[in-house]
Amino acid sequence: MRHIISVLVENEFGVLARVAGLFSARGFNIESLCVAETLDPTLSIMTIVTTGNEFILEQILKQLNKLINVIKVVDFKDVDYVAREMILVKVAAENEKREEILRLTEIFRGQIVDVSPKTYTIMITGDEEKIRAFLSLLKPFGIKELVRTGPIAISRGDKTIKGKKEKGEENG
Amino acid sequence: MPARTGAQIFVEVLRSEGVDTIFCYPGGATLNITDCLCNCHDIKQIVVRHEQAAVHAADGYARATGKVGVCLVTSGPGATNTVTGIATAYMDSIPIVVFTCQVNTTLIGNDAFQEADIVGITRPCTKHNYLVKDVNDLPRKMKEAFHIARTGRPGPVLVDIPKDVTAAMTDAKIPEKVFIRGYQPNYNPHVGQIKRAMKLLAQSKRPILYTGGGIISSSASSELLKFAELLNIPVTNTLMGLGGFPGTHPLFLGMLGMHGTYAANMAITESDLIIAIGARFDDRATGKFDEFAPKAKIIHIDIDPTSISKSIKVDIPIVGDSKLALRKMIEFYEQEKEDFADYHRSIKEWHEQIEKWKTEYPLTYTRDGSLKPQFVIEKVYEITKGEAIIATEVGQNQMWTAQFYKFIKPRTILTSGGLGTMGYGFPASIGAQVAFPDRLVIDIAGDGSIQMNIQELATAVQFNLPVKVIILNNGYLGMVRQWQELFYGKRYTWSRIYSPDFVKVAQAYGAEGMRITREEEVEDCLRQAFENGKPTFIDVHINPEECVYPMVPAGAALKDMLLV
Repeated sequence: MRHIISVLVENEFGVLARVAGLFSARGFNIESLCVAETLDPTLSIMTIVTTGNEFILEQILKQLNKLINVIKVVDFKDVDYVAREMILVKVAAENEKREEILRLTEIFRGQIVDVSPKTYTIMITGDEEKIRAFLSLLKPFGIKELVRTGPIAISRGDKTIKGKKEKGEENG
Repeated sequence: MPARTGAQIFVEVLRSEGVDTIFCYPGGATLNITDCLCNCHDIKQIVVRHEQAAVHAADGYARATGKVGVCLVTSGPGATNTVTGIATAYMDSIPIVVFTCQVNTTLIGNDAFQEADIVGITRPCTKHNYLVKDVNDLPRKMKEAFHIARTGRPGPVLVDIPKDVTAAMTDAKIPEKVFIRGYQPNYNPHVGQIKRAMKLLAQSKRPILYTGGGIISSSASSELLKFAELLNIPVTNTLMGLGGFPGTHPLFLGMLGMHGTYAANMAITESDLIIAIGARFDDRATGKFDEFAPKAKIIHIDIDPTSISKSIKVDIPIVGDSKLALRKMIEFYEQEKEDFADYHRSIKEWHEQIEKWKTEYPLTYTRDGSLKPQFVIEKVYEITKGEAIIATEVGQNQMWTAQFYKFIKPRTILTSGGLGTMGYGFPASIGAQVAFPDRLVIDIAGDGSIQMNIQELATAVQFNLPVKVIILNNGYLGMVRQWQELFYGKRYTWSRIYSPDFVKVAQAYGAEGMRITREEEVEDCLRQAFENGKPTFIDVHINPEECVYPMVPAGAALKDMLLV
């Protein structure tokens, strides 16, 4: 199963290496990983997409929690959330196809961020399904390069990741 | 605060942590600190002959005393030599702080002389590690290192200090308290879970306590004894748990696992309730995961949530300190005694069954006139009455010790359980001897293992550390030989080894050397050695064909033991 996990960490040297090292040493998968500073510059949030059964996920969450620099781990499995990803895609665009791609981009509320005589570079944000749909429509034109951020996620409603401390309350 | 150098801060923090001993090896990058320790007679400075031994010695010191072991080494090769020692302590959850010095901050990343990225190298085998780039952070990071090493599930912490940081000046205070926002281990077990566990126990007919190193690190052995006696539950220990429950107690079944006793492994297999405390279901203890304790529900008490349901799914997880959990369970029992009336009636049958297993296949060996290692270890136990601190190396010597020496008190066995590090025992026994100059400290070794850190004879002689090394010499890497005999058609590839004359080696270093070749010599020779007040090698020529039994072949279920 695919899971999105948010990890609140200290914004310190070596923390990314600790998290990445933990995944590789224990044979956990990372599908994508996205990390940047939060409003509080001493903290960062990592959004990790991983796959594994319940058993593996439980270990991933516990092992992440065990790292000294990790302050909180949220598994979005139990939380209502919003997830978005951004992609930059360079697609072959010549002659009459240019118009068609432009329309498609507008329909998906994307933006053309770079133009060359033979290509468009399109930026688009959205959830997984939207991006999949857009890419499948774009494919026949000839995708030359694709760069994606991997999703970032945030919980819906009033809740924030820094809200309640969960570490050390894992009984039962 | 007046301004001090990083090196002075270093010494101040050691004092504030009550450090009385460090195990060290100097080098270019340590010199500022080394110089600062020149007149510190309150801190014993044991200079070893190889940095790996410094870490094992600090580890042995920590296991024997319960305090944090400390070592200090130089950059580059000094630092990389510590890795095996750190990994050993990590696997066995031993609190040590390893200080490595580093090249100047301006040179880091430049492939400078004697530079190694030790923080990167040790990230997966430390509980946490630090590179101190700014002298103002030095006091806080050092204090945090000690705090992290000793609290929660203990473990090694490494602090890498560049040489220019040890020379830089700061007026930073030494913090009295440590607060780390991402690290607050949970000691208090959940009361609801304790209740559920005790209710399950009240219904159980065949319970067993399976306890590990957590009993030792949380000093819970008296609570364990009380709990086991109150509820009349048989106890089996892991290798790391030995000494946590008296080896002479009628409720004791011996060690479980690959070389565990028949009674312990059968009891686990037939049990209907396992209470695991401070143990982590290591593969050497459980045998084949899928066939481990097929009839049992499992209660698991551990300070580390990641240990719970890692390899074996448990029914009642309890995160917390072993000692506190046992106290709560005892309290619960004393309040709800009447609920346990049926339990006490039905458990008799279980004890009868266990008694049968114990008498059917006790730990044993054949006396055939040749010198048997088990006989030697029994003699060591008889003479020391379980009062000595016993270190082991790894392999047959370790398993025979675990089987035939009865550990009565906690912190009397020093052995590399998780990583299985040959060469651990001798330096570890040096560390323990430094902590307890008046106690008898013995390393039970093999002819292979002892050669992995034999250079420490010089350390023992230089610092008058009268450790006794009993070398069970069979001319083989015995455990490898045993596997080759049983599973590889007796092809003893690589396992037949040449060794020097250990008596002469010891003498050349200025230590005592003795040799035993026959049973009749064992007792006298051991007694002499134990009383001579000097570091001593005792080269014991044992029967080279002797194997460790029982044995559960790797990957088999616990009940499928080879008994002879």
